[in-house]
Amino acid sequence: MSESHPQPYDDIPGTIVFDAERSRQGYWLNQFCMSLMKDENRQEFRADEPKYLDKWPMNEAQRQAILKRDWNGMLREGGNIYFTAKIAATDALSFQHIAALMSGTTQPEYAAMMLAGGRSVEGNRSKTEKK
Amino acid sequence: MARITAGVGSSHVPAIGAALDLGKTAEPYWKRVFDGFEFSKKWIAEEKPDVVILVFNDHATAFSLELIPTFAIGAAAEFKPADEGWGPRPVPVVKGHPELASHIIQSVILDEFDLTIVNKMDVDHGLTVPMSLMFGQPEAWPCPVIPLAVNVVQYPPPTGNRCYNLGKAIRKAVESFDKDLKVMIFGTGGMSHQLQGPRAGLINSEFDNAFLDGLVQDPESLAKIPHLDYMREAGSEGIELVMWLIMRGALDDEVEQLHRFYTVPASNTAVGHIILKNKAA
Repeated sequence: MSESHPQPYDDIPGTIVFDAERSRQGYWLNQFCMSLMKDENRQEFRADEPKYLDKWPMNEAQRQAILKRDWNGMLREGGNIYFTAKIAATDALSFQHIAALMSGTTQPEYAAMMLAGGRSVEGNRSKTEKK
Repeated sequence: MARITAGVGSSHVPAIGAALDLGKTAEPYWKRVFDGFEFSKKWIAEEKPDVVILVFNDHATAFSLELIPTFAIGAAAEFKPADEGWGPRPVPVVKGHPELASHIIQSVILDEFDLTIVNKMDVDHGLTVPMSLMFGQPEAWPCPVIPLAVNVVQYPPPTGNRCYNLGKAIRKAVESFDKDLKVMIFGTGGMSHQLQGPRAGLINSEFDNAFLDGLVQDPESLAKIPHLDYMREAGSEGIELVMWLIMRGALDDEVEQLHRFYTVPASNTAVGHIILKNKAA
């Protein structure tokens, strides 16, 4: 997905690989997420989200993605799923809930898809294969 | 002399830990998962390993982006269950084996595997869920554990081949330790899953079962699977399977499969489990 350094894995549909370039891009976004491991920080974040975000040198797109809970947007802005999942935990959302949102469906539909064997790899290996 | 007698592969889905801790194991959804480990719990209770080397990955718990070690081995006397944001799992503190860990460190670094040495580390579900699946819910874990954390959070993780060869170096190290210890090695994570983006929920049972077959019969070929293939076929998080190759590398070329289990899903993930025994052991 990287603009400046194309990679073979950019061809995998619906997937953002968290590589060194994304890690650099999303460093503060992810470190903000890491701060939510502490309850006192979760409370402070909940009390005034924009103010809490001021503590972290993020760009506007990163801030907006967090404030709008745009889960795919956070990934595009360099977020890593293990880190952004900490925002979901702060919101008391299950992981399946945000997985459903990221894949454009609802939690019950997503859960039903998983019970039926998950998302098939057929048609999902490559952007050229994708219908 | 110490020796490695068997290897265990197991998924480490956090929801499995939550189901155990919240007493949901009898619910049909979870019973299906836990039933696959019934044999394993009895087997390991009889086998009584003296030490387990547990290969796992940290999930942005002990390691943030400040420090991302590719291979980190725990040499501490104990490792506390981590607070992953909703309080630590109610499981016993994990006791280490500093003496064997130090010996492994000394041996494998001179064997050109440059491990990071960790003397303080909280361990997350990546380590404690496989412990619960294998040992149940005891007051204290029945044996010490040497944690070996592998970076699979920031791409690229170490290659499958590197992992496989590290397993071989660990075996050599264990076999040169001058105490009579029965050691087992766990490889954890996987199987196919993707947690992120529009392709979240990807499962590839065909890939997973071929991987389990290959673990028994042809690990050399598995060790050649490129990262791109894991991500394409088994999901972006399916790449965790490289950790199973450390376990496999530490075993004999020829092994006996004692048990195998596969089910879909646990939450977002395909659950795989295998027990491999060294034929000579």
